[in-house]
Amino acid sequence: MYLRFIYILLMITCFAVKGICQNYMTKTGFIGFYSKTPLEDIKAENNQVYAVLDPASHHIAFAVLLKGFIFTKELMQEHFNENYVESDKFPKATFSGICSGELDLSKDGTYQVVIKGDLTLHGVTKPIETTAQLDVKKDLIVGFSAFKLKPEDFNITIPSIVRDKITNEISVKVKIDWVQTK
Amino acid sequence: MKTRKTFFSLVLILSGFQLLAQDNLLKSLNDSMSATSNNGFVTGTFKALYIVNMKTIEAPAAGALNVEIQHRFGTINTGAYNLWGLDFATLRLGLDYGITDRFSVGIGRSSYLETFDGYLKYKLLRQSENSMPVSVGLLGTSSYFTNHAPLGDNANISSSSRFNYTLQMLIARKFNSHFSFELTPTFIHYNMVTSPDQNNVFALCGGARMKISKRMALTAEYDYLFPNQLVSPLFPPYPPRTNSLSLGWDIETGGHVFQLVMTNSQSMVESQYIGSTAGTWGKGYIYFGFNISRNFNLKPHNKPKA
Repeated sequence: MYLRFIYILLMITCFAVKGICQNYMTKTGFIGFYSKTPLEDIKAENNQVYAVLDPASHHIAFAVLLKGFIFTKELMQEHFNENYVESDKFPKATFSGICSGELDLSKDGTYQVVIKGDLTLHGVTKPIETTAQLDVKKDLIVGFSAFKLKPEDFNITIPSIVRDKITNEISVKVKIDWVQTK
Repeated sequence: MKTRKTFFSLVLILSGFQLLAQDNLLKSLNDSMSATSNNGFVTGTFKALYIVNMKTIEAPAAGALNVEIQHRFGTINTGAYNLWGLDFATLRLGLDYGITDRFSVGIGRSSYLETFDGYLKYKLLRQSENSMPVSVGLLGTSSYFTNHAPLGDNANISSSSRFNYTLQMLIARKFNSHFSFELTPTFIHYNMVTSPDQNNVFALCGGARMKISKRMALTAEYDYLFPNQLVSPLFPPYPPRTNSLSLGWDIETGGHVFQLVMTNSQSMVESQYIGSTAGTWGKGYIYFGFNISRNFNLKPHNKPKA
């Protein structure tokens, strides 16, 4: 009995180790966020998103430095870092979650999946759920997703004087080109 | 019974692995991120381009134009008849433009002696999170006063005598998100002085800001003119020369910064407020006033502020 137990344990360990070794990884993912109001268009984009996908468990994780978001107006970028997300105190935003739905990474194709997990921003962790599209092509996966976030959910307050210049719900777009690590 | 136990422990271990795998996934990302994160330059050492009168290390980003309106009322010791100085006004209008993120230019015109001024500012060193402790900038300002007769109706002043030059080194450090300090060794050359004043004058200026909320800060500035350089009485009869001390309250609202200030300097041009501030705070020579700045983006800014 114990032998069998140890045998299973060993198998699981091997499986887990194998899973980690063959992760899909990128350091140049894209996240952009956009706010459109009649008074002001805000656009900020980051091309240095770290993202990883574990093909065995379909777990995914993202990490991004908030200072890496580039705004078309530099003063906005400074205010974003200083006053809104306070990137000195909370330098990173992270996401950890799982892809569910029909997904077979060994077969090329386009898959619509649901992503569920925890987003941490400005020191606040919130569960989020969104749909995503994954294009699988050999050892490449291209992932797209778009969702909306409320700054207030993450304890980011917007002063009343600029309230009309920022939408209530910020559109977030994500595009990730994952490559299988060898 | 035993199989059940094994099954449960297996489920437990399995779920443990699942959790571990998920946490490890994020942890591995965080680890590789901190290993490669570059030395970020410190931003937002000061809110505005001016502490009160002195210029900060901050500059408009490449392609951004800053419009500055600086206003000083009269001294509060003029009493109730002049509504404690509010009947008087000294004004400087300025434009500041970022050629690159490190190099900016500015022009201004102030009503004090009908003075035009222009400056070039270059950021030599930038404070960064890991390597550089301070930001250092070089600032060269020249001013030209056009007032017809500042020394009385009979004195004819040639145009070259109306130029003054200031060279400053701006050494600034943001100690933390609340407190920043700037030290500015200053050299001023006056083309025209009254004997026995020196043409070349040295001063040491210092300014600080303390944030009291995310969008508000208190500022202070002191401009120390080394003694025995400018000793002649000011004309028309002003109180004796003194050092400039200013306090301010910065309020930032998006693209605007409002600064409410109290200062014993009437002028807002370096060669004038450092060299010819007259009257002390103690005697009530305090000018109430404000600076208003507005940022305009003439070109989109698509790269990290470098």
